[in-house]
Amino acid sequence: MNVRSQVAMVFHLDKCIGCHTCSIACKNVWTDRKGTEYMWWNNVETKPGTGYPTAWEDQEKFSGGWEVVDGELRLRSTGRARIVANIFHNPHMPSMDDYYEPWTYDYQELFNAPEGEDQPTAKPLSMVTGEYIDIEAGPNWDDDLGGSPIYAANDPNLEGLSAEQRAQLQAVEQLVFFYFPRICNHCLNPSCVAACPSGALYKRGEDGIVLLDQKRCRAWRACVAACPYKKTFYNWYTGKSEKCILCYPRLETGQAPACFHSCVGRIRYLGVLLYDADRIDEVAKLPDHELVEAHRSLILDPHDPRVIEEARRSGIHDSVIESAQQSPVYKFVKVWKLALPPHIEFRTLPMLFYVPPMSPLQASKDGDLLYHPSGDLFHDIEHSRVPMKFLANLFGAGNEAGVRYALRKQKAVRAHRRALTVGDVDAATAARMLREADTTPEEAEAIYRLTALCTFEERFVIPPMHREEALEMLEDPLTTKQATGFGFLSAPRRGM
Amino acid sequence: MKLKNGNPWIQDEADAGLRSWEEFYRNRWQHDRIVRSTHGVNCTGGCSWQIYVKNGIVTWEMQGLDYPSLEAGLPPYEPRGCQRGISFSWYLYSPLRVKYPYLRGALLDLWREARAQHDDPVAAWKSLVDDEAKRQRWQKARGKGGFRRVDWDTALEIMAAATLHTVKTHGPDRVAGFSPIPAMSMISYASGARFLQLLGGVSLSFYDWYCDLPSASPETWGEQTDVHESADWYNAKLLAVMGSNLNMTRTPDCHFAAEARHNGSKMWVFSPDFNQVAKYADEWVAIHAGQDGAWWMAVDHVLLTELHHQRQVPYFIDYTKRFTDAPLLVELRQDGDHCEAGQLLRANRLAPYAAVENGEWKFLMWDEKSARPRMPMGSVGDRWAKQETGKWNLLLEDGVDREPLDPALTFLGDQTVAVRFDDFGEGTSHRRHVPVRKVALADGTIVTVATVYDLLMAQYGVDRGLAGDYPKGYDDDAPYTPAWQEKYTGMARDVVVRFAREWGRTAELTRGKCTVIIGAGINHWYHGNLMYRAAIHALMFCGCVGVNGGGLAHYVGQEKLAPGESWSAIAFGRDWYPASRLQNAPSWHYVHTDQWRYERSFTDYHTVPQVDRPSFAQGHTMDLQARAVRSGWLPFYPQFERNPLELVRQAEAAGAKSEQEIADWVVEELKARRLRFAIEDPDAPENWPRVWFIWRGNALMASAKGHEYFLKHYLGTHDNSIAQEMAGGSVQDVEWRLPAPTGKMDLVVDLNFRMDTSALYSDLVLPAATWYEKADLNSTDMHSFIHPLSKAVPPCWESKSDWAIFRALAKKVSELAPRHFPAPVKDLVASPLGHDSAAEIAQPAIRDWMAGETEAIPGKTMPALRVVERDLTQLYERYIAFGPLARQNGLNAHGTQYAIDDLYDEAVAHGPTVRVGDLVCPSLDADEQVCDTILKFASVTNGELAWRSYKNMEAKVGLPLAHHAEKNRGARVGYKDLQSQPRRFVNSPMWSGLIENGRAYSPFTYNVESLVPWRTLTGRQHFYLDHPLYLDFGEHLPTYKPRPLPTEYADLRVTEDESRRGTAKLLNYLTPHGKWHIHSTYGDNQRMTTLSRGVEPFWMNDRDAEELGIVDNDWVEVFNDHGVVVTRAAVSARIPRGLAIQYHSPERTYSVPRSPLRGHRRAGGHNSLTRTRLKPNLMAGGYGQFTFHFNYWGPIGCNRDTHVLVRKLPALEW
Repeated sequence: MNVRSQVAMVFHLDKCIGCHTCSIACKNVWTDRKGTEYMWWNNVETKPGTGYPTAWEDQEKFSGGWEVVDGELRLRSTGRARIVANIFHNPHMPSMDDYYEPWTYDYQELFNAPEGEDQPTAKPLSMVTGEYIDIEAGPNWDDDLGGSPIYAANDPNLEGLSAEQRAQLQAVEQLVFFYFPRICNHCLNPSCVAACPSGALYKRGEDGIVLLDQKRCRAWRACVAACPYKKTFYNWYTGKSEKCILCYPRLETGQAPACFHSCVGRIRYLGVLLYDADRIDEVAKLPDHELVEAHRSLILDPHDPRVIEEARRSGIHDSVIESAQQSPVYKFVKVWKLALPPHIEFRTLPMLFYVPPMSPLQASKDGDLLYHPSGDLFHDIEHSRVPMKFLANLFGAGNEAGVRYALRKQKAVRAHRRALTVGDVDAATAARMLREADTTPEEAEAIYRLTALCTFEERFVIPPMHREEALEMLEDPLTTKQATGFGFLSAPRRGM
Repeated sequence: MKLKNGNPWIQDEADAGLRSWEEFYRNRWQHDRIVRSTHGVNCTGGCSWQIYVKNGIVTWEMQGLDYPSLEAGLPPYEPRGCQRGISFSWYLYSPLRVKYPYLRGALLDLWREARAQHDDPVAAWKSLVDDEAKRQRWQKARGKGGFRRVDWDTALEIMAAATLHTVKTHGPDRVAGFSPIPAMSMISYASGARFLQLLGGVSLSFYDWYCDLPSASPETWGEQTDVHESADWYNAKLLAVMGSNLNMTRTPDCHFAAEARHNGSKMWVFSPDFNQVAKYADEWVAIHAGQDGAWWMAVDHVLLTELHHQRQVPYFIDYTKRFTDAPLLVELRQDGDHCEAGQLLRANRLAPYAAVENGEWKFLMWDEKSARPRMPMGSVGDRWAKQETGKWNLLLEDGVDREPLDPALTFLGDQTVAVRFDDFGEGTSHRRHVPVRKVALADGTIVTVATVYDLLMAQYGVDRGLAGDYPKGYDDDAPYTPAWQEKYTGMARDVVVRFAREWGRTAELTRGKCTVIIGAGINHWYHGNLMYRAAIHALMFCGCVGVNGGGLAHYVGQEKLAPGESWSAIAFGRDWYPASRLQNAPSWHYVHTDQWRYERSFTDYHTVPQVDRPSFAQGHTMDLQARAVRSGWLPFYPQFERNPLELVRQAEAAGAKSEQEIADWVVEELKARRLRFAIEDPDAPENWPRVWFIWRGNALMASAKGHEYFLKHYLGTHDNSIAQEMAGGSVQDVEWRLPAPTGKMDLVVDLNFRMDTSALYSDLVLPAATWYEKADLNSTDMHSFIHPLSKAVPPCWESKSDWAIFRALAKKVSELAPRHFPAPVKDLVASPLGHDSAAEIAQPAIRDWMAGETEAIPGKTMPALRVVERDLTQLYERYIAFGPLARQNGLNAHGTQYAIDDLYDEAVAHGPTVRVGDLVCPSLDADEQVCDTILKFASVTNGELAWRSYKNMEAKVGLPLAHHAEKNRGARVGYKDLQSQPRRFVNSPMWSGLIENGRAYSPFTYNVESLVPWRTLTGRQHFYLDHPLYLDFGEHLPTYKPRPLPTEYADLRVTEDESRRGTAKLLNYLTPHGKWHIHSTYGDNQRMTTLSRGVEPFWMNDRDAEELGIVDNDWVEVFNDHGVVVTRAAVSARIPRGLAIQYHSPERTYSVPRSPLRGHRRAGGHNSLTRTRLKPNLMAGGYGQFTFHFNYWGPIGCNRDTHVLVRKLPALEW
């Protein structure tokens, strides 16, 4: 056992309102400069939909993540050896067409236009060329476009749905969408790190944050191709790639990452997971349908004395272990099994997990009239608008069991609370539903509280980062205290 | 350290030196200062924001998280703030920022020329506006570029000169200002309003104009709007969300709905499109657009049938008796072979009550115990009693002998009579029998009466075995059964029945915890009030109003200005003058933009009862509008065709000495028709508004329903309307002038931080400080905290706070005034009958003094007339001083009142103060001083004043109330307290929710728990609206009225119907609130345009698009008689066929191409396709809750019934 600690995350999709506040919180602080215009370290997608960059989930096109070849894990994009051979050409690299051409407007026209025959207007201007452009794409182009014959209908996660099921998603009876916010997953088995010829990417030992060294990066962009989530981006101005840093300057000072802080849907949770690093390789090679369970099995019980002992041996601070014991992520992922990893079949072992969303009851149509089939207060999860298969393709490598389990448990918790607060679901029925959902009244209460009543401190259990210990390796922290902030800043430069 | 298993990519960076680069991102995170502010943007969010400053530059904003927690068991408020708010910092240093004053070049040249010839700026202005060619020179240039930077002195001089010239030549009531929604930044609102009111100018309303005012709220509750803070949604066990897209428009509060679901609440969402909030629903009811009223009528049918008739739920019955007008007696009038429901029977018509005070305004219930009609307390007659005080309460006791009453809800079992009930859906009527009793009046006549409850049972079609056209069960297609609603809503009857049963069961088990969250998606329809009432009735029948987790949560607009008493005194100059000029904007714009000229009788589109007798429900809206003004129901400015200053001079010349004599003289002039109201001839040049100040709002675009008519008739510049005038011959009481005037406005001034459409079309654009550059206050009904706006950085470039701008203007006016107004002048101010005053019992019947039907009595049968003496040379001194009238009169709002003399003196003693002549007053010089003055003298932020206010209310009500303020009597909140942490209000009788100990605000809990009446005719919640206008319009009972048809509605009379050729489609055009903007703000910033599509697209159905050959992101041309829009299509099946959405509200300032269809001119914005229409019965006045108050009562600016044609744009032209 090799116990490591990781700051891990849960996004509760049932609560996500698709507002994109997270995206802008991030952009304001981190990617509001030259060369980063098109970077959205945090973005939010409408599902079904094609996302950003367009169709990123389609690894036939982008060849991100890992594959198992002859019993060994291999990058789909390229290996370290192969990258040298193909260093100036990576056929799977997304291009500006897959992203978009950032634009602004000729706003000054409104102030400066001389008096004329008609009203001036500020025309769109490319931020790349400075020329007027016709806007054909953006980072959130298919927002709220459920039912779109161009976008929603081409979501890769629709695989396995019959033609009839697909058609239903374009009709009032089953039309639906939900939101899918994404940041870097800070994976246990990060393909971006593995792909870098310069060794510029690394996973921090103390918290598992995957970083891209702005000095060592040599702009090969192998990380861009290798990340199946397309969460590293190339900065054309500095000539360095950049990615989500999980706001480590904030985490290090006990503050939640900006996108977490700003989440008004209150869907985000953050906390430490302890995991067994020795088993990463073994787990990442398992067949698709076993991956969700196996990934969860990597996560260790922070209350287990053996785990605690091993953790200490790995140099994990007691305060971090205590933090792991309070971790909301541990509860959602490991104890309650409500949160699932996205596209586990990419085999990077993401450390961001999603609670799959409930969705409205399907309708049926007869002539001009719409009917709702269910007679129950809370409808059968099999009659929800989002097809189980679709969720399974996103969160279970096609395996529906985990998704069904999570949805059934959410419904049972609701019935339990209904029985307590209203009484039109009787106690016996609620108890039966809890049993059938593999849960207990105590657990249901805990789920309810952390889902509904959660405070900031309950959602984000940020481990102490002990910066003094980290600094100590470099210089005396007292010296740091006295001298910090002095000096001349110099931004990374192309080629350096 | 490499891992044992040899995954070389997972490693610690053991070499600390290699990690020193991490400083790169840490450096970015560093900042120098964090300042708390918020956004003044009418989103209702009212979020606490922390503004980060680095090197003196605002770098970004993050939400504040330190809201005090509410009671245990409620989720916390943190964080609050949305994608739009967090993008605000972009504006500060953006290329869209207005950094300096800009003046239209054509005007600047003329001005310089005139100033060279005239030493006096007022004379210079006169020389320009008196020369029609010159005037048109800059009018025609409006919106067409040519701005030039000017200095502040020039800008102020032009404004002051135009203002003084207008006051002198035409009257102060020709100087108007529009600024919306004070709650979003109340000091900034107050700046211009105070300037105008001290001057005698006109403040235009907003809440009704925006169509945010839910008319059904004053109709039912006598309340503008009072709703739940969002945390209270969590207490609801059934949430019905209709016309309110919580994700879009309540973004920071939406989580409470999601979280309630995880606590076992059921959520239904009603919406024609699969919208964002539908994602959250347990059940999405894909109801046909604008047919929600039909749904709720059927819901009420089921609720009454099953829970009031077949089984009587004790809680529901008891609640209905105590808290609604259901037991009150209605007089039935015989009309041929049937009866018609009439007005409520007045108490003084019965012998035992013949002599009671205000007996005409007290009502009757049938007491079961004494078996006779008895008079309960709590009516408007009790409220305004002068002798018999202390009886304005909801105790079920006789108002004379205080004996307990046991009111009968129904006379079922007694004799019945046939009563006529209109079926507007089918354009027919039904006869249904209603149980009645006979009552002997004091004069010996016998009248037939029914209870409101029995009339409701009959109207809703509940089969109680009575004779007549009652439906025989839910499957009978007759009003208002589940089967009946199918043809309107598209929803099967089973769904309605199941919904109603879930509703009823939830309400029964929880004692009323069903909440309707409702908004613009319903309120913006022409018949929105009827849809609201039908839903409200489901709440009232089930005891859901006035309980936590129950009631109507209407959210459209940030109307709740919490510290209202002190703020309104300052904003409307009541600390100096007793009268102000507050104009309902819907009427003003309808009249002055001449939109009334483009329609005929309102019955072209408004279905009314077909009766043989004379009825008010016929004719042209404009005639009823004119009648409403002369009857004192609605305000209208200018008041008269003469300058009100001149009018006083004339009265005095004729010998009038006192205020009374001046008023008498004016009344005689009016009666003799020697003097006419301006409304009678609005297009006469002397009746035009001349100078218009716009600040904090986008008056020419975002809210300008009939935008193209604004361009034409106000501005005199180009427009894209092709509509034809057609009111000639249709209007009777109003002069029809040909041709219609264009370019009424001499000067349009806009204060702005960004170059929006209103700025672009104004003559003068002034650089306003942003929300991170000034001190101000913000409150909302979404939560119970009050927030500061703060200066994170000083106002950038040459910008100034709104307060500072109007202060500077006041100073300039005072400087220029002595030459033109050396002595004080007297101004005659006409005001309508006012809500929350004794004028609520002014007009028991509709009598027109002009037709000789009654005496002309100011303040009773016609507008009140006050004489106000103004000294324009002192405008500035008064602007910056909290005046003595506040000390003398105390403060009030919503009918409450309290004294402040001791606190005023304390403020004078401790300063800061200013001198006005011999007076020393608390200072209002600086923005922050205004904030503190408001907080110090408001009941929600000063517990002592709340206590006093409750004490005064006790005298009216006759029940103990002050205990609501005991615990917080010592609470005081100042501006700096707000900057350090959000503070919650304290209980105050100004508001109807009780919020002690962290209890979530739910409206009317005060009324239900403390038995304080609603501010209505009967003091109860009203099912029945017995105003004669309502009887004539057939809206006395809840009902269903069909949507106006497109051609009748005059959207498409002239436009060629290309849909016949298959090249275009006719679609219902909806403009709900969007995701990437709050109204028009934010939508033009680089963040929001990037996350959307760079334009506000036209959302349409995929098959509709396909039939026109339109694919996603194609350019489309959208048009009707009013104007044209060119934008791109967003194509999705989530939009139903026949319907289109363009989210409110795009600017025409960016990314708008030209329209080939309309002369290749620049296309417009969403309001280029709309126009305004007023619903005449909402003009009623002087009668209980039907009494005017600014933003509170009056017709509203509806727009949902608009239709357009859409086609693929033939060629893109910039």
